Amino acid sequence: MITRLNHVSIFVLDQESAYDFYVNRLGFQVHTDAAMGPGMRWLTVCPPEQPDLEITLMAIEDGMMFKDGAAEQMKQLVQKGTFGFGVFECNDLNATYEELKAKGVVFKKAPTKEFYGYEALFVDDSGNWFSLGQKKD
Amino acid sequence: MTTPDYPRAYLYKRIVAAKLFMDSHFSDDIDLLNIADEACFSRFHFIRLFKAIYERTPYQYLMSVRIEAAKKLLQQEHSVSDTCFSVGFDSLSSFSGLFKRYTRQSPTEYSHAYAARQEQIREIPLQFIPACFADQKSWTQKSNFEEVN
Repeated sequence: MITRLNHVSIFVLDQESAYDFYVNRLGFQVHTDAAMGPGMRWLTVCPPEQPDLEITLMAIEDGMMFKDGAAEQMKQLVQKGTFGFGVFECNDLNATYEELKAKGVVFKKAPTKEFYGYEALFVDDSGNWFSLGQKKD
Repeated sequence: MTTPDYPRAYLYKRIVAAKLFMDSHFSDDIDLLNIADEACFSRFHFIRLFKAIYERTPYQYLMSVRIEAAKKLLQQEHSVSDTCFSVGFDSLSSFSGLFKRYTRQSPTEYSHAYAARQEQIREIPLQFIPACFADQKSWTQKSNFEEVN
């Protein structure tokens, strides 16, 4: 039976820029960074407290994954902010919000009280958006 | 010194500024009392607020930043002694002891283990990539990705 999730993919426009965003700004750890040939790279990162969850920063390229012009369509969708890839958690939402803002992360929504708790929304360097919530006590 | 009744956002900004200062000046001989003064808190309030937000005292946080920086230097094949002094420790034994407490490996063990893993990634990268993605990217010779239904 399925017991856990160990990989999840986030489609990014540029892997080097995404590396800077996720590692240097969000503070994620590099899990695997493998050169697979000219211009090809397998890059996974993980949140500091989840070293076994690999977030694949997936390049959008023509090929088996994206055929017949789908890569260009996908890039446009990503750039438009179509995709929200998940919900991140932090110990203190206000502090994390101030810190990430100071590091240049763009927020679509400041910490706001919702019926389910406090939430902020930020976007990555490609346009993907994420919810950021505070760990429940 | 009592803390004025500022809006919470302003309090957070001051604590976060102190944290970011430690992030960028970790290798300096940081006086945490100075940081508390700069943030306009008494030492007691600074430590209390910092710990409430980051679940660690400022000193514990500073040590963790130094250890993370040390890991990066060891990954870049710096020597243990160079790493120790570069990140702000003044004693090799203190550094090694603290490093082992944080990572469960000595600096040398960590350095060797990291280098060995990087060598594996260079030599056999497909071992680290789920086959379905490797196939989709045409990184494998054969592609057996086909719809089941």
